[in-house]
Amino acid sequence: MLEVKNLHVQVDDKEILKGMNITVAPGEVHSIMGPNGSGKSTLAQVLAGKETYEVTEGEVTFQGKDLLDLEPEERACEGIFLAFQYPVEIPGVANTYLLREALNAKREYRDEKPLKHIEFAKLAREKMKALGIDEDLLKRSVNAGFSGGEKKRNEIFQMQILEPTLAVLDETDSGLDIDALKIVANGVNSMKDSGRSFIVITHYQRLLNYIVPDFVHVMVDGKIVRSGGKELAYELEEKGYAGF
Amino acid sequence: MSVDLEKLAQEEYKYGFVTDVEQEIAPKGLNEDVIRMISSKKNEPEWLLEWRLDAYERWKKMKEPRWAFLRYPKIDFNDISYYAAPKSNPRPKSLDEIDPEIKETYDKLGIPLEEQKMLAGVAVDAVFDSVSVFTTFKEKLAEEGVIFCSISEAVEEHPDLVRKYLGSVVPRGDNFYAALNSAVFTDGSFVYVPKGVRCPMELSTYFRINAENTGQFERTLIIADEGSYVSYLEGCTAPQRDESQLHAAVVELVAHNDATIKYSTIQNWYPGDKQGKGGIYNFVTKRGRCVGRSSRISWTQVETGSAITWKYPSCVLEGDNSVGEFYSVALTNRRQQADTGTKMIHVGKNTSSTIISKGISAGEGQNIYRGLVEIGKNAEKARNYTQCDSMLIGDCCGAHTFPYIEVRNSTAHMEHEASTSKIGEDQMFYCRQRGLSAEDAVSLIVNGFCKEVFKELPFEFAVEAEKLLSVSLEGSVG
Repeated sequence: MLEVKNLHVQVDDKEILKGMNITVAPGEVHSIMGPNGSGKSTLAQVLAGKETYEVTEGEVTFQGKDLLDLEPEERACEGIFLAFQYPVEIPGVANTYLLREALNAKREYRDEKPLKHIEFAKLAREKMKALGIDEDLLKRSVNAGFSGGEKKRNEIFQMQILEPTLAVLDETDSGLDIDALKIVANGVNSMKDSGRSFIVITHYQRLLNYIVPDFVHVMVDGKIVRSGGKELAYELEEKGYAGF
Repeated sequence: MSVDLEKLAQEEYKYGFVTDVEQEIAPKGLNEDVIRMISSKKNEPEWLLEWRLDAYERWKKMKEPRWAFLRYPKIDFNDISYYAAPKSNPRPKSLDEIDPEIKETYDKLGIPLEEQKMLAGVAVDAVFDSVSVFTTFKEKLAEEGVIFCSISEAVEEHPDLVRKYLGSVVPRGDNFYAALNSAVFTDGSFVYVPKGVRCPMELSTYFRINAENTGQFERTLIIADEGSYVSYLEGCTAPQRDESQLHAAVVELVAHNDATIKYSTIQNWYPGDKQGKGGIYNFVTKRGRCVGRSSRISWTQVETGSAITWKYPSCVLEGDNSVGEFYSVALTNRRQQADTGTKMIHVGKNTSSTIISKGISAGEGQNIYRGLVEIGKNAEKARNYTQCDSMLIGDCCGAHTFPYIEVRNSTAHMEHEASTSKIGEDQMFYCRQRGLSAEDAVSLIVNGFCKEVFKELPFEFAVEAEKLLSVSLEGSVG
């Protein structure tokens, strides 16, 4: 599904990714762990198409297409979703409005009819219930005045509505209490299926108790230095990144 | 952002067409003869001619104001024609008598004059260059005692009301452009809502400039008698031309005890092209007097057109407990310049005012907020809240704020908040990551920014305003 080969990325002439490789097959859950500044979030942003990052070398293919050739919105419509580490606030724009526009943009891309207000409201209500999100959150402005936990839950809610093929979760667990963490994890687990893949970026092994990865990768200084099964996460928890 | 900029920037102004209609146009230039001609065309009484001539005398002694933060070539007032009217039936009794070309123009603009095709509950006065060509729903309004007609008709049919109120809010010597308007005003709308009547429908005037090398000088007068309510909306468009055209209007509002006037504007005059060629010069004096106690005047404006905008809809809060409001969205794209804001003059006790201004600058646009809040010495416990937000799109535009505050009473309570933000790359990226195109993302974010103002517009027009804003922003992403 996703193949990243020898990816080099720089920002302001500073190289951050230095030959990154990762292959994700349909239905797999990959976890990327690593110390601060190792380039985990950069990878997430590059996959989503953030233009401040300059790809200097390497290639990324997603479902047979050259991902680097696509605009961010095209990538989204192709099925890539990024749960942001710091979801941005958009004052005056109702959460439900952005989400309906987004869903309909995606449907239009696939030559499907847009969802009517009522159909969308019904869909949203179902998903919210499962995530334990207050309906009031739909009417509020996108992320404006949301608590940290609400923001993260809102990302998962959006993911559920948009039903991506590849979801990249960028430190979705940071700043969450244990209850919120469980809700987020349930939101992800309920979406797992053979055609959908996840890349879960995290600092802590804690999240992986709830979202069990098929593969764990350790990223240091812009490269994956070691890959393994979920047991690798326990090893990291114990020994830290010092050995890498 | 690799949106096809070239294509978008060349997006045409939708209302730029010209109507081919036989016009009677006064020769260029301004002098007493022209004023006498306009006055006689309109069968005006002697007092009004005198009033016009006096305004002209005052205007001749005045200097064009240059304090605004605007740059434009000197206007040659003798190179403008001050009167242009379609030759066909000047005051049609029914739709059949209107020149079909003119009717079609309004159809094209989305303002069908057939009452059954109109938005339910909206009466329209259609002004084409210097004359009002038709007013809908007049009879229905008359049943409630509401007078809604062109000002020329009001001069003939309701001379006492016109004489009593004309110039009572904006005196003929008020300022350069108001004096010019007083001398040569041609048409506009007149509204009188009698005591205790809640006007049963939205009233609106649609201003269309068509003729070349002419100015439009309309005058609107709205009087809300005790305990009445009226909501009024104006819309404006003009053909796309290389030469700039002058529009200098005066609007006067009078609210008596417990009366409310809600005045909304959606201004979409031709803004000029990318190089700044052509476009309307919009120099407008709008003012309302809350003469009665507990009266209320609310201005809402969405300004997206014109090359130059010079406009400060104001409230003079004379009556105790009266309320003034100003909600504004001004957008400048391409080379547009807008110097706009409001004046809230607190005279009576317990008067309160609210100012919410949203300026959006894109392209090479310059957006200026200029506002005055004045608390007079007898205005006990006056209150004002001002919020002034600017948003910048791109890095060739500008936003400037000039708030003036004068307080002469120590019991006043003033609040002022201001912010300037650049449309966030992060906000854009977030929306696009969810699947929205760059254009849609900008439009979504800007509409969110303007929401506090849009919610003040009558519902049907709020939708229009959102669409208009999206169209005006096209080509601003780069």
